[in-house]
Amino acid sequence: MSPGLLRYLAGRLLRALLTVVGLVTLVFLLVRLIPGDPVEAILGDQAGPEEKAELRRALDLDKPVPDQYVSFLGDLADGSMGTSFRQPDRSVWSMMDAVLPHTIVLALAALLVAWAVAVPLGTVAAARARQGWDKVASTLAVAGLAIPNIWLGPLLILAFGVKLRWLPLPGDDLAGPESLILPAFTVGTALAAVLTRQTRAAMIEVLSQPYITAARARGVPSYRLLLRHALRNALLPVMTIGAAQLGALLSGTVVTEKIFERPGLGTLFLDAFFARDIPVVQGCVLVIALIYVGVNLLVDLTYGIVDPRVRLS
Amino acid sequence: MSRLRNRLQRTPVGLLIVIGFFVIGLIGPWIAPYDPLAIDLLHEYEPPSSRHLLGTGDNGIDILSALLHGARLAAIVGLIVVGMSVVVGTALGTWAGYFGRMTDHVVTGVADLVQAFPAIVLNIAVLALVARPGLIHLIVALAINGWVLYARLARAETLTLREREFVQAARALGVPTREVIRRHVIPNLTGPLVIQATTGLGVVILAESTLSFLGLGPGKAVSWGALLDQGTSVLLRFPHVALFSGGAIALTVLGFNLTGDWLRDRLDPRLR
Repeated sequence: MSPGLLRYLAGRLLRALLTVVGLVTLVFLLVRLIPGDPVEAILGDQAGPEEKAELRRALDLDKPVPDQYVSFLGDLADGSMGTSFRQPDRSVWSMMDAVLPHTIVLALAALLVAWAVAVPLGTVAAARARQGWDKVASTLAVAGLAIPNIWLGPLLILAFGVKLRWLPLPGDDLAGPESLILPAFTVGTALAAVLTRQTRAAMIEVLSQPYITAARARGVPSYRLLLRHALRNALLPVMTIGAAQLGALLSGTVVTEKIFERPGLGTLFLDAFFARDIPVVQGCVLVIALIYVGVNLLVDLTYGIVDPRVRLS
Repeated sequence: MSRLRNRLQRTPVGLLIVIGFFVIGLIGPWIAPYDPLAIDLLHEYEPPSSRHLLGTGDNGIDILSALLHGARLAAIVGLIVVGMSVVVGTALGTWAGYFGRMTDHVVTGVADLVQAFPAIVLNIAVLALVARPGLIHLIVALAINGWVLYARLARAETLTLREREFVQAARALGVPTREVIRRHVIPNLTGPLVIQATTGLGVVILAESTLSFLGLGPGKAVSWGALLDQGTSVLLRFPHVALFSGGAIALTVLGFNLTGDWLRDRLDPRLR
């Protein structure tokens, strides 16, 4: 590894570490700084003073803030992330661990849908810029961006579950992979739209480069020109945009799990919200944010290794 | 005839949708044929008819009336959240961009942190700390991550504006810094901010609908998202509720997206 690459990797890792420290602190402070008493939010305003005092003790909210911070960090360090209010015998992590695979599978399926739609569509649109296919692609992209996943989910259920009866309805058993198809499209459509636009723009940019003209002059067949010469270079910036959209993707899983009645991090998060189970809410927020930071780091590092120009900026 | 067609083709559809949305937000509750909370259990979940143009929903409420009232909620939340976000974001972004150094590090750092949370997740986390989330809490929760986009935009633009000749000239003439920012920097941010705020309105309206859909909206108020939530729970038997309420959300978001794109093409000379 060259010193430039090492410096880039080290710098990027350090930044990610700082972000994680910031995230942990922010999640901790969120409960303490937001006006309003979390104890009151949990118990409602009917609760008596003894009941409140007891919960305050259980939550460590009666201790000084620095002590609370230390015990919060301790819960993170031992991997439990604290204990749930609703189920005091379970650690927050064990509750998340049980449902996390469902959410990860859904997110990966949505990513697959998005890339599988966007790359061919964006490439064809760029290769035939301002012609029929380009118009089809850009119309689809505008529609895909505007259609909210809270509406797309029900529409897909109506079309493919109720009318055509091709795919299972929500609540049917989750065993088969076909039950993943509609949720994956619900989450992935918006990302597909964004990536289609980006792929198209990046491909048009690359296709105007002299080396493409040179390759064309050498008689490289057009499919080969598109796939080997242009697409490989065009996809790198699209990857970064894709990673930046991960937050939207994760938000999408929360909503989609509710629509399709699937277990997962989003469902756990919402249940914890309605029960005001603050440790679980904190845990879910933190894990979702960490996934987001982690994936962005991974993309940046890969990017830095693959493309030497990135290291200079 | 051809002139008429020409004109129609040039009228941006998105702008028409946006104007229509605000007009309905303004007068919707007055032209609504029924009280959107009026209970009529004999006519629950009826398909569209001449008495109820878009049919009825949960407890027999008139869907058209609920949508007309919901437009006002969406418009109010959208305007207030985007207004607050633009003001706070522009102030922080300009400040960070103009003075640089520590200010810049702090503002950019906080912006990075806020953006490390998926928007909806952060909103829900904030609402979780309130006993009974109401309209105010919803607005605050949405503004907490709303300002970041405008701050980034204002900062980036200010960084380049600061080095431009007319700003340098004003400084050399001894114009006080506050005046330089107020008269020479901020006016030049208006174009990009207007474009961003237009798309941003669509984003906030969608976020409000999504939070209401998840059951976190302001209690009694009629919201498109809450209506869609009801519609989704009876989707298999009475699809019209979800179709109309979701359609209203989708059309509005589409309108703001199209208008944002159209403004960008018109106002941003670099894209010509």
